[in-house]
Amino acid sequence: MLGNEAIAAGLVENGCAMATSYPGTPASEILAGIARLKIDTGRPRHVQWAVNEKVAFEIAYAGCMSGLRTAVSMKQVGLNVASDPLMSAAYMGVRGGFVVISADDPGPHSSQTEQDSRLMAMLAKIPVLDPDSPAQARQMAKLAYEISEAYEIPVMLRPTTRVCHARQDLPPAGVPAEDAEVGFKKDPGRWAATPKFRLQLHRALEEKLDALSADPRTAPRQLNPDAAGLRAVVASGVAAAHGREIIQDLGLWGSLPFYQVLQPFPLHRSFIDEILGKYAEVLVIEETTGVIEMQIADRRRVRGKQDGRVPSVGELHPETVESVIRAFAGLPGQAAKMPTVPGRRPTLCAGCPHRASFYAVKKAAPRGIYTSDIGCYTLGLNLGAVDTVLCMGAAISQAAGFYQAHRHLTTRPDIVATIGDSTFFHAGVPALIDAVAQQVRFVLVILDNRTTAMTGNQPTPATGVGACDEPLSVVDIEGLVAGCGVKFCRTADPYELEPFIALLKEAVSFSREQGPAVVIARHPCLLDRRRGPSEREPVQVVVTDECDGCGYCLKHFECPALVQVKGEERVRIDPGICSGCGVCLSICRNHAIVAVDPGK
Amino acid sequence: MTNIEAKRSQIVISGVGGQGVLFVTRLLAEAAIRHRRPVLTSETHGMAQRGGTVISHLKVGDFASPLIRPGAADGMLVLKEENIAAHRGFLRPGGWMVVNAGGAIDAAGFVCGQIDADDIARQIGQPKAANVILLGFALARLDGGSVGLPCSRRDIEKAIESGSGLDKKRAAAATAALDAGFSRGLAAS
Repeated sequence: MLGNEAIAAGLVENGCAMATSYPGTPASEILAGIARLKIDTGRPRHVQWAVNEKVAFEIAYAGCMSGLRTAVSMKQVGLNVASDPLMSAAYMGVRGGFVVISADDPGPHSSQTEQDSRLMAMLAKIPVLDPDSPAQARQMAKLAYEISEAYEIPVMLRPTTRVCHARQDLPPAGVPAEDAEVGFKKDPGRWAATPKFRLQLHRALEEKLDALSADPRTAPRQLNPDAAGLRAVVASGVAAAHGREIIQDLGLWGSLPFYQVLQPFPLHRSFIDEILGKYAEVLVIEETTGVIEMQIADRRRVRGKQDGRVPSVGELHPETVESVIRAFAGLPGQAAKMPTVPGRRPTLCAGCPHRASFYAVKKAAPRGIYTSDIGCYTLGLNLGAVDTVLCMGAAISQAAGFYQAHRHLTTRPDIVATIGDSTFFHAGVPALIDAVAQQVRFVLVILDNRTTAMTGNQPTPATGVGACDEPLSVVDIEGLVAGCGVKFCRTADPYELEPFIALLKEAVSFSREQGPAVVIARHPCLLDRRRGPSEREPVQVVVTDECDGCGYCLKHFECPALVQVKGEERVRIDPGICSGCGVCLSICRNHAIVAVDPGK
Repeated sequence: MTNIEAKRSQIVISGVGGQGVLFVTRLLAEAAIRHRRPVLTSETHGMAQRGGTVISHLKVGDFASPLIRPGAADGMLVLKEENIAAHRGFLRPGGWMVVNAGGAIDAAGFVCGQIDADDIARQIGQPKAANVILLGFALARLDGGSVGLPCSRRDIEKAIESGSGLDKKRAAAATAALDAGFSRGLAAS
């Protein structure tokens, strides 16, 4: 099973009654795994995708306040969104166990940062567990619930990509335990504590941390207790898995003491005393920030990120771990390294409606500033239609900021923001309200493919369906936009390219003189199994001899089905990739792309 | 005689998003699990899959880390020929490579099997099945090799039937694709 599925199994078989999440790589499969268990077993009682991570956290936390074991899962940058309730909840504590899963992405492979969620745990003053494998992540779900209830504190579980998306042979999920009795007991001194009482809660929180750093259940352990020497290696997470294998392969298992830290914060004080007492040098290997290192706090003896021996940026691949250990142990030779050969860049699928939308944006506002956001549509970069990607929802607020910065110029640039439907629900609404109030002159294109695509086609509030395929109410985007006060809001299908470009031009004109204009570009995602059969017949297209190899379609439309004929500049269609959307028929200036008559 | 009894086996599967690299990895993992071997795999998800480079690692045996180190892989299935330059560094000296390609390729000195799996996929009317065809071909070609795949053809067939999540119709198609590759692998020896 996938590491994320192992986490799902561990949560549910240990009595998780409520699980919430917002999709984000590498965490998305955790809630999907819990949903499958609910479909099969009826447990947990409530499983949902929420509109964003803050809302997800608050819902799950209310569950634990009511005495249930609950969990919320997200990727590391999602934790930034949930950080407000996290900080407050740490002070108030828990009744039922509460596990916060924040999945980090060293590299990063698909994130805006490679920040370390364990630092967020340190800031929040809650314990964090750092699994090295799917098997250990599952065990740690159990441990997290036990610790959470013993100390009445939220517990963070921090897997990384190589745990989340690793597969390991594991037994299937056990029969879920009975839920705890549910009942919210009023205690406003705690659950509604005002600042004066927060001081007392903070004092209590510090005492919990003290006790947690002495709990034997989460203490670091030496994996090779027979090894002794002047130097030791300390590691956590998947770096510990790499380290264990490498030290054995290098023949050092009997001579190089190797410790695994299960709970990087708060670090056990007796452990710190022990290693500083026994060893002249300690090498610390962890991802992505030196959280363990900084708690050991001995600059003379600790080797790691602080003295540059372990890289501070990027994923710790096993070959990097091998190089670091070899150098530390005084072994000759280098670990073999992979050549840096550029990989193939990701691109929108052939037939993706966003490709048509971005092409149209560039036609309607050729010298515009294009603010964008997080999702599949970030790949509009490849068409030159994305200038900024900051974080969820920023397309709209940044459009407003660019407007305010440029508004007094004689020739103001057009500003076109693009945002996905799921992203709009997540964080776009407050920004749009602000833009209406501030009379921002910009166009917002909501790229509505009716799903959260990049992360695996999870539903949105407009889908009408929940995590377990149960029917839900639909929140309609047009109504939401009108409710924000937008006066120009039209919906169209970007596949109908010429009328869509005309509509965008109208929106741009409106925005120049009057205020925010919204165009909803609606066409379902090709990969979404929920979309139902298409009403359109696929169009078979071919490139004729009129093609002069100018490369315009390759550069400005960038469909992966448009490939160069080997050894030439002319273009042909790859029928294995082409989806039959037919949008390219409008692209070629020489009219060299034509539909094949099915009769012929 | 396939390499089920080998103590440890490390295989890389390399391709681009949409080729079904993950599906083949999963089949191999399920097949190894049937022999009660411990299995660890690593996959690429998210942005990398939108047509970007995709690589997975499969380790069968007593391993702790889910990633294969450069120069340590016993073999590599290459679904996209252009990936050879980027990923051949994973192979150990004496390792094998089985490549989906039509014309002449540069296998950088590694023992190599090659088949135009995309072409066969089109011939059998399953344009997206190059991945399973290549696997079938590799199973036939590596039989009797020094360190082949950690499973037999029968193991993969069983994995398709019950370990892959495919419905009956799709499972039958996948088995047919496997056979198409396998028979070509036997013929090529």
